[in-house]
Amino acid sequence: MSEAIHLETLSITAARDHVRSGLITATALAEQHYERITAVDPNINSYLALSRDRALAQAAKVDADVKAGAELGPLAGVPIGVKDVLTMVGSPATAGSLILKGYHPPYDATVVGKLEAAGAVLLGKLNCDEFAMGSSNENSAYGPVHNPRALDRVPGGSSGGSAAAVAAGLCVASLGTDTGGSIRQPAAFCGVVGVLPTYGRVSRFGLIAFASSLDRVGPFTKNVADAATMLEVLAGPDTLDATSSQTVPARYTAELAKPVAGLRIGVPDEYFGEGLDPEIRAAIEKSLDALRSAGCTIHKVSLPHTRYAIPTYYVVATAEASSNLSRFDGVRFGLRAAESNTLAAMFRKTRDQGFGAEVKRRILLGTYALSAGYYDAYYLKAQQVRTLLTRDFLAAYEQVDAIVCPVTPTPAFKLGEKTDDPVKMYLEDIYSVAASLAGICGMSVPCGTTAAGLPIGVQILGPHFGEATMLRVGAAIEAAQV
Amino acid sequence: MSETAVVTNEDVTRVAELANLELTAEEMPRMARDLNAILGYIAQLNELDTTGVPAMAQVGEMLGLTAAAHGETLRADVVRASVDRTAVMAEAPETDGRFFKVPKVIER
Repeated sequence: MSEAIHLETLSITAARDHVRSGLITATALAEQHYERITAVDPNINSYLALSRDRALAQAAKVDADVKAGAELGPLAGVPIGVKDVLTMVGSPATAGSLILKGYHPPYDATVVGKLEAAGAVLLGKLNCDEFAMGSSNENSAYGPVHNPRALDRVPGGSSGGSAAAVAAGLCVASLGTDTGGSIRQPAAFCGVVGVLPTYGRVSRFGLIAFASSLDRVGPFTKNVADAATMLEVLAGPDTLDATSSQTVPARYTAELAKPVAGLRIGVPDEYFGEGLDPEIRAAIEKSLDALRSAGCTIHKVSLPHTRYAIPTYYVVATAEASSNLSRFDGVRFGLRAAESNTLAAMFRKTRDQGFGAEVKRRILLGTYALSAGYYDAYYLKAQQVRTLLTRDFLAAYEQVDAIVCPVTPTPAFKLGEKTDDPVKMYLEDIYSVAASLAGICGMSVPCGTTAAGLPIGVQILGPHFGEATMLRVGAAIEAAQV
Repeated sequence: MSETAVVTNEDVTRVAELANLELTAEEMPRMARDLNAILGYIAQLNELDTTGVPAMAQVGEMLGLTAAAHGETLRADVVRASVDRTAVMAEAPETDGRFFKVPKVIER
């Protein structure tokens, strides 16, 4: 225990090995993280709640197992944070919203149970945009998260707390969710690895729903190997989630050892257009060079409907949100506005007081798109374009094994820079939403920094259930970084 | 969807009613402005001819992966423990332990 452990760079593999070998106890490792959270997080605001009792009980269990020489799970003693849109018994679940203030869910999300079954020590709940709606974490009712790499900048969103906590060494890994880019974009902004699994790959039971045909749960980690470890724990069917896939998950950690030589990498022109920061372009091109050197072949592919992805997304996602968020009505949980004479008035007042501006904007937009006279023009049209966007990817994957492109057009922007213009903020998702609509898997891997020192991420998009190959490509790019 | 469609304050009020939202006088013009900006952007979809293109609700359908929805992978219909009612009711803003209490439903 005398040897100092550097939390900022501590990987899952190292944490697990240290606990297993007795270099440090799971309890001490959790306590060290809590000390660091106390010291550092006031500047970052990544944690909304700490689950100290539950974490220390689990750590004690792991320590007893180590002592007894019992078999240890792949995450034994590894401190992990959970985005506050997932339920965890003993901790509040706010979804970053006032309307759920004080709500303590009486059940665990499936992914929470899976992490603990693998030995993970869950430290607490992480800040996010309200109901995961946002690209900067500035829509949280509990204050914005600051990017640990540059405190005057946003960490990205909506899983800003999940990305920032990993980047700042406030947990070894974390869970986030991605509806239109909410894992990949903050991962890129904070310089960590973030994985969007294929739709259906990871259970969503216990996830507070935003847009059910798009929402996915996935990990943030400090390296690609850790992401494979996390995904292996998280993936698989769940009888409590009817949309979870029966497809047997690949053995991601074992597959990672396979060489990438011979893989066909697609590069879509549509992702390198006007508005792409030249430093990001250069970093992506360097990543492609690295893949070429590793024996991959690079091919141009076309995803011709890309420019329609954002308008499609903002119809589909808001329509689903307007329906999903109707459950927040002041009756069964969370906030209820005081002094309402009738049920209808209570609904309206509660929702007016409980929801923030962006959530109201999206509920209104979604309700409008679904309302009489507009349904065909907006919702049906968007669903048809969604088919076209998905066909683009299916056609591309007949020619290539993975697609490599930018995650974001710019590096992390300054807090307050885009809050006045929703369309400008939505354009932040320009390279991420198409994959969300198509249901394919994707990830963001750090691939350099700008001259100003801001992290740059490269996006690897795999076909449906193609996580194993995607992770290998990510690892090859990671290996080429100095 | 016409490109000139303009959302008025009255439209916002109507939609807010449908969505059970009560907007303040300050919120109203800002929401109308933002909805117009966003819908103007969404109007780009009109450039595409989607005649005959099937609508896609989620990707499982397109890949033929929604076996569960067709009854092929339904779970066994057996009694299982569910969340304890006491724990659920404890989260309600107003309850007698068995029922959720709400203000009167019918206005007179």
